[in-house]
Amino acid sequence: MIEINKISKWYGDFQVLTDCSTRINKGEVVVVCGPSGSGKSTLIKCVNALEPFQQGDIIVDGISVADPKTNLPKLRSRVGMVFQHFELFPHLSITENLTLAQMKVMGRSKEEASQKGLAYLDRVGLKAHAHKFPGQLSGGQQQRVAIARALSMDPIAMLFDEPTSALDPEMVNEVLDVMVELAQEGMTMMCVTHEMGFARRVANRVIFMDKGQIVEDCAKEAFFGNVEARSERAQQFLSKILQH
Amino acid sequence: MDINLGNIWHARDFILEGLQYSLSLTGFAMLIGITAGTVLAIARLSSNRMVSSAAATYVNLFRSIPLVLVIFWFYILLPLITGIQMGADKSAYITFAIFEAAYYCEIIRAGIQSIPKGQINAGLAMGFTPAQNMRYVILPQAFRNILPLLLTQTIVLFQDTSLVYVVGATDLLGAADKVAHRDNTLVDMYLGVAIIYFTISFSLSKAVKQLHGKIAIIR
Repeated sequence: MIEINKISKWYGDFQVLTDCSTRINKGEVVVVCGPSGSGKSTLIKCVNALEPFQQGDIIVDGISVADPKTNLPKLRSRVGMVFQHFELFPHLSITENLTLAQMKVMGRSKEEASQKGLAYLDRVGLKAHAHKFPGQLSGGQQQRVAIARALSMDPIAMLFDEPTSALDPEMVNEVLDVMVELAQEGMTMMCVTHEMGFARRVANRVIFMDKGQIVEDCAKEAFFGNVEARSERAQQFLSKILQH
Repeated sequence: MDINLGNIWHARDFILEGLQYSLSLTGFAMLIGITAGTVLAIARLSSNRMVSSAAATYVNLFRSIPLVLVIFWFYILLPLITGIQMGADKSAYITFAIFEAAYYCEIIRAGIQSIPKGQINAGLAMGFTPAQNMRYVILPQAFRNILPLLLTQTIVLFQDTSLVYVVGATDLLGAADKVAHRDNTLVDMYLGVAIIYFTISFSLSKAVKQLHGKIAIIR
């Protein structure tokens, strides 16, 4: 589904990604973790070309992201993305947030779009808030709306860029619950997150990044079960975040 | 010396006509200025160097010349060069639209730049083209953020329209000026129009303040 082939990226002289390669098969849930500044957010943004890269290529559902002939808006509309800071459109109501791109990008009618959008809003448990504005919702609620908004576009895969990092602790679970449900339904997911509980529960594979490189890329069982076989850097990281 | 504001009342029809001219000139210049200013702002932020530097040249040029000179240019010099006589009214409308576009452009550009990168990415990630993103995500938020500035600029514009009296157009000040010289009531008329300018500008700026509280986006 998503094939990342030897991606390298520089900001000026500074190399942020070095020869990153991995693949995410249909229905797979892959968690990307690593210390801050390791390039994991940059890597996931390369998948839908929000970040350009200088070397390598990414193939999403058979379509090359690096090919200048690729219709990027069309490609992006088929890949859902959820951001750290939710990024709902603050000037639009929740319903409008859910329907705008369906109408303008996919050409759906207003009725069809709101039917679809409200169905997903119901699924994330927020149907009663349809008429409100993003600023009137809590962070956790906003992030669930953001997930519903992405799902309304019938994506072939979902990208999550630290979806719980900006949330108050008591709101993390309501968002993770939605993500777990999604994973169990067979959605193809790439998640940059530090939520190791989530990774343990639903991930098929875990990728560990450090200094712009993919250091570990292995099955969940191996990553958590056989810690001694992991790289020193990954062990350090795990010991720090799993301490408590 | 006696001050008799009643003199303004006697000339009310003429003065009102002048006021109407000032207001319609303001309205026209605002409408065209904001529309053209938006296009200029987008051009200034374009990644195409030719486009952005052309827009920047336009904006810097008109922001660096006194308005009164531009008015003269269009009224006197352009007809001399091209041979086309436009008359005071038409040239005033054109001058103000062209001139104000440069000022509105800078306000709108600041508004566009105030939209966080995350919002732009979110729009693109939904599949919007850059143009759609501008139309549906960036501009609506930018205009909400800068509406008070746009309206304040319009109040300044309203006052600046009084400059057209130098080419003999009969705006509010021009009308008062003509009556003042005809009846020899300079003090009354100039005091009277000052009060009218003040009343309109001051109440507009109060209204802008009120409006700002209402339309601000809840974040």
